[in-house]
Amino acid sequence: MTDLSLRRDNRRATMLPHQRAKILPTAVLLIGAFYTLVPVAWVLIASTKTNAELFSTFTFAPGSGLWENVRDLFAYGDGQFVTWAGNSLLYAGVGSTLCTLISTAAGYALAKYRFRGRDTVFYLILAGVLLPGMTLAIPQYIIMTKVDMVGTYWSVLLPTLISPFGIYLARVYAEASVPDSVIESARIDGANEYRIFGSIGLPMMLPGMVTIFMLQFVGNWNNFLLPFIMLADESKYPINVGLYTLLSKGSGEPSLYTMAIIGTAVSVIPLILLLLFLQRFWRLDVISGGLKG
Amino acid sequence: MTPAATVEERATRGEPAAPPSPVRHRKTFAPLVLLAPALALFIAFMAIPIGYALWLSAQGLRIKDEGIFGIRGEVFVGFANYRQILSDGEFWAGFLRLAAYGLIAVPLTLGLALLFALLIDHGSARFKRFSRTAIFLPYAIPAVVASLMWGFMYLPSTSPFSHLTEAWGLGTIPFLDGNAIYPSMANIAIWGGVGFNMIIIYTSLRGIPAELCDAARIDGCTEWQIAWRIKVPLVAPALVLTGLFALIGTLQVYGEPTMLAPMTTEISQTWVPLMQIYRDGFIRDDLPMAAAGSVILAVGTLVVSLILLKATQRRTSGGMR
Repeated sequence: MTDLSLRRDNRRATMLPHQRAKILPTAVLLIGAFYTLVPVAWVLIASTKTNAELFSTFTFAPGSGLWENVRDLFAYGDGQFVTWAGNSLLYAGVGSTLCTLISTAAGYALAKYRFRGRDTVFYLILAGVLLPGMTLAIPQYIIMTKVDMVGTYWSVLLPTLISPFGIYLARVYAEASVPDSVIESARIDGANEYRIFGSIGLPMMLPGMVTIFMLQFVGNWNNFLLPFIMLADESKYPINVGLYTLLSKGSGEPSLYTMAIIGTAVSVIPLILLLLFLQRFWRLDVISGGLKG
Repeated sequence: MTPAATVEERATRGEPAAPPSPVRHRKTFAPLVLLAPALALFIAFMAIPIGYALWLSAQGLRIKDEGIFGIRGEVFVGFANYRQILSDGEFWAGFLRLAAYGLIAVPLTLGLALLFALLIDHGSARFKRFSRTAIFLPYAIPAVVASLMWGFMYLPSTSPFSHLTEAWGLGTIPFLDGNAIYPSMANIAIWGGVGFNMIIIYTSLRGIPAELCDAARIDGCTEWQIAWRIKVPLVAPALVLTGLFALIGTLQVYGEPTMLAPMTTEISQTWVPLMQIYRDGFIRDDLPMAAAGSVILAVGTLVVSLILLKATQRRTSGGMR
């Protein structure tokens, strides 16, 4: 709201009294925040409890077993949890960095050049956006078996490098943030096309790239079915598949519950920190902005 | 001809030095080079798998050699796999279960996301930054981990809610039994999805010119009328987009029920279509059948998405370009 409109509100008798207008919206928002934070708070608190405390003490009372739980978690399967965390970082971190660069280059090319087949490529990308990635996992697995890559890091990493939605977004960002005049003057100064992309296009698209990176990072970190079907060797699992096997091994065996809970807590904290840190760089307006025909 | 000369020529003709968008066509391989990695990956990991899945789905595993030592091999069976899946009641039951879950999850996710976005955009609420961040937080938590968290919130032995009801002498809440599994499962999706959708709708709301709302206020509209009559119609394209993603997400549900399965007897191996496809491919070792299931699911998703886009395109001047 602008100052102008605020002044108007105060002058106009038709507005609700200010106090009453404030309480209800605030209450609704806080209820929403409470709803989203409760499970997170519960997991963090439950991770401090020993097994006995988990089933006996009051839910939101901290326990005395945090240190022990952490030790157990990192000792599990000779430090398997650390391996899983490293794998998740590899799949999500390396995967989304490469995917962001690939998408940005493709989006820039689609936005800033005219060439034969450009529209065909673009429509293919759009069709790819509507294709659910999960249904592709099984066909991708079949292809991987043909080239004998199943079970390798590549089998999880390579399919995540292509993101039609990332390319679509990159094209929208390139159109919105890289003026043609700048490209043209760089050409006049004698820069070649790749240099223009590298030292002018990329920096201008940086906020958009952070957004693509973040979407892709969370998507890869979230990806369950693909690693689940591609990998057989537990040492290559990402965290979520690891936690799943932990729980399904121990279904009905409550001693593994504490392990799954502490594992959940430890895996959630870095993601939350990353989100809070990157939140300020997000440019999601273009997602909806790109829709205005 | 040097570029500089071109600019001079343009200048003498009284045209602006900067060419109109997009950049003039010149002979260069740059766009193809920049597109090459994306295209190569697209072909290798999307086009070829889809094509191969189509071909494989027309194969069937049959005993080739008559006799005791018959070997299972692939032979061409045409649409037999499709016929078998489409006549399989369990596959359709999976879609029905998805529908029951989606009918709870999608409207509530979008409705709550719109409500929170409007409130954050609305002038008079407090704690807006905190609420926005808190509601957005679950986006960072993988669906499988979220299912694990909520699973513990549901399990009678660890649930804080059941803890309370037991303390009041009401017994435990059967979150994971019978039909309660649908709202419980939908709740995980709502919890994980509200924040992201809220942010998309909110950024779209930020793009509405303030003058519009000011003018409406001067005309005596209440905040409620402004939200409902001005803001909601203007963010319709964002709502269509979030609805589309929610729908595609619903059809792909796999991780959540798989994660909850060890905690309840309610969830079978074929609870949702993707679980059945997984079972066909990896437990029964029938990849052709799994390929056929994948094709049906992918085509179904495409058709539903296109219908949604078409149906909404006329009503909201937007839609994907």
